[in-house]
Amino acid sequence: MRNPISEVTAGIQPSGIRKFFDIVSEMKDAISLGVGEPDFDTPWQIREEGIYSLEKGKTFYTSNSGLKELKMEICHYLRRSLDISYHYQDEVLVTVGGSEAIDLAMRAMLNPGEEVLIPQPSYVSYVPCCVLAGGKPVIIELKAENEFRLTAQDLLAAITDRTKILVLPFPNNPTGAVMTREDLEPIAKICAEKDIFIISDEIYAELTYSGKHFSIAALPGMQERTILINGFSKAYAMTGWRLGYACGPRNIISQMTKIHQFAIMCAPTTSQYAAVVALREGDADVARMRESYNQRRRYLLDAFKRMGLECFEPFGAFYVFPSIKRFGMTSDEFATRLLQEEKVAVVPGTAFGACGEGFLRISYAYSLEDLKRAIACLERFVNRLDGERAS
Amino acid sequence: MKEKILAIIEKNSKIDVHELAVLLGESEIAVANAISEMERDRIICGYHTMINWENTSEEKVVALIEVKVTPQRGKGFDKIAERIYNYSEVDACFLMSGAYDLMVMLEGKNMRQVAQFVSDKLSTLDEVISTATHFVLRKYKEHGQIFAAETRDERMMVTP
Repeated sequence: MRNPISEVTAGIQPSGIRKFFDIVSEMKDAISLGVGEPDFDTPWQIREEGIYSLEKGKTFYTSNSGLKELKMEICHYLRRSLDISYHYQDEVLVTVGGSEAIDLAMRAMLNPGEEVLIPQPSYVSYVPCCVLAGGKPVIIELKAENEFRLTAQDLLAAITDRTKILVLPFPNNPTGAVMTREDLEPIAKICAEKDIFIISDEIYAELTYSGKHFSIAALPGMQERTILINGFSKAYAMTGWRLGYACGPRNIISQMTKIHQFAIMCAPTTSQYAAVVALREGDADVARMRESYNQRRRYLLDAFKRMGLECFEPFGAFYVFPSIKRFGMTSDEFATRLLQEEKVAVVPGTAFGACGEGFLRISYAYSLEDLKRAIACLERFVNRLDGERAS
Repeated sequence: MKEKILAIIEKNSKIDVHELAVLLGESEIAVANAISEMERDRIICGYHTMINWENTSEEKVVALIEVKVTPQRGKGFDKIAERIYNYSEVDACFLMSGAYDLMVMLEGKNMRQVAQFVSDKLSTLDEVISTATHFVLRKYKEHGQIFAAETRDERMMVTP
């Protein structure tokens, strides 16, 4: 029999998280700090709307690009939160999670061999999506001394004649880094000069703790070369509803819609109705969850300081990214031993790119009680390592 | 900062000043001062523990009593409310708009005890015109806390 698998697909490395997941799921009573989704349930009025839409029999396809009401609410939301205006008719596409939007954007824009600049550490799907779309991923290694922000210098060094797209993953998973307007301005200038398009993954936009999120699309001349991606998973605790969206210039959005039409048809109808209510009535819930994350974030940073774990202060998402370099172990070794000895699961920084070596991603999408329990174990482990090193 | 302190201790009065300071990114002194001020100003009136008595062997019944009263000249409802809420059996007492005047919440060992309170103490007050007693059959949620089934974290242990 011939090999049924395509070379491109076979060449893609499975997610580094997968391997760790397999070990963790073997353990019955492990405490996890490894999830990338909110611990809150979807606010009730949003769930209620989903239920109501089912009761009313709203169980048909929506138009390919999404419900008109939802697209309009998305535009209202982006105007009030980011001060960016999109036309709901042809500049918005409702997708199955932000992940689909990433995939579509790459497929709609890339010709074989064109390069995509991907800052790392970052979410695991940019590289595979780029490869599957025929592009060539070019990694930009973000540095701890820059608090994992993208600098103009790093960007310039990575640009070639074949560079077409820059992925901007901020607020960042796994580091929690954010980019301010001042940080983004030089990046935007370079992209305009070099005629580079931007995929700005802003799925954590609502979860920032040092002032409001700022989108690169809001800078002059940037909206026409940016695909802005957001969704409902993180802000409204709606991960299982699988709903995201992409906004951008109509020539790109229309091509993305074409692929979406053939591959997906439309995003889940129930989720779309629920999302309308999320955008209309969810602000107070988002604020409540944000405050709660912020308190846990401060709690973790304080605990790290106490146990001597070096960590820059992250102002976004719900992750902290402490350095474990002083223990002379790899991230993988540290995470594996922590799991075996204290039954606490964290994700090695290397799951998000080679330059995540020496770091751990610790999620604070857990109740304070759960965090305290896990931190007590982590502290005991760190003290033991320090003892080993001293003797 | 005061609102944030209240939001936290309303759910968890056990929390100490150090932890509050960490969670809010404030100094311990600032937090301690804010709490003292709020205690002095009777914004914070006490520190309670939420108990689901149904899960203990203690027998308790809770009753909500609608009370219609005749307000007194010059004193309105306050005087009669005071005569009622001063009974140690009374857990809470609210002046209401609508079909009746006072809502009296009562906790007793059993229905007989509650009935006795109503017939002996409440109904015999001159100003009380009528009462209607409702017994709580089951508490689903109180003070924002859902009493029903324990929730379990059903998320996968590790996700990107």
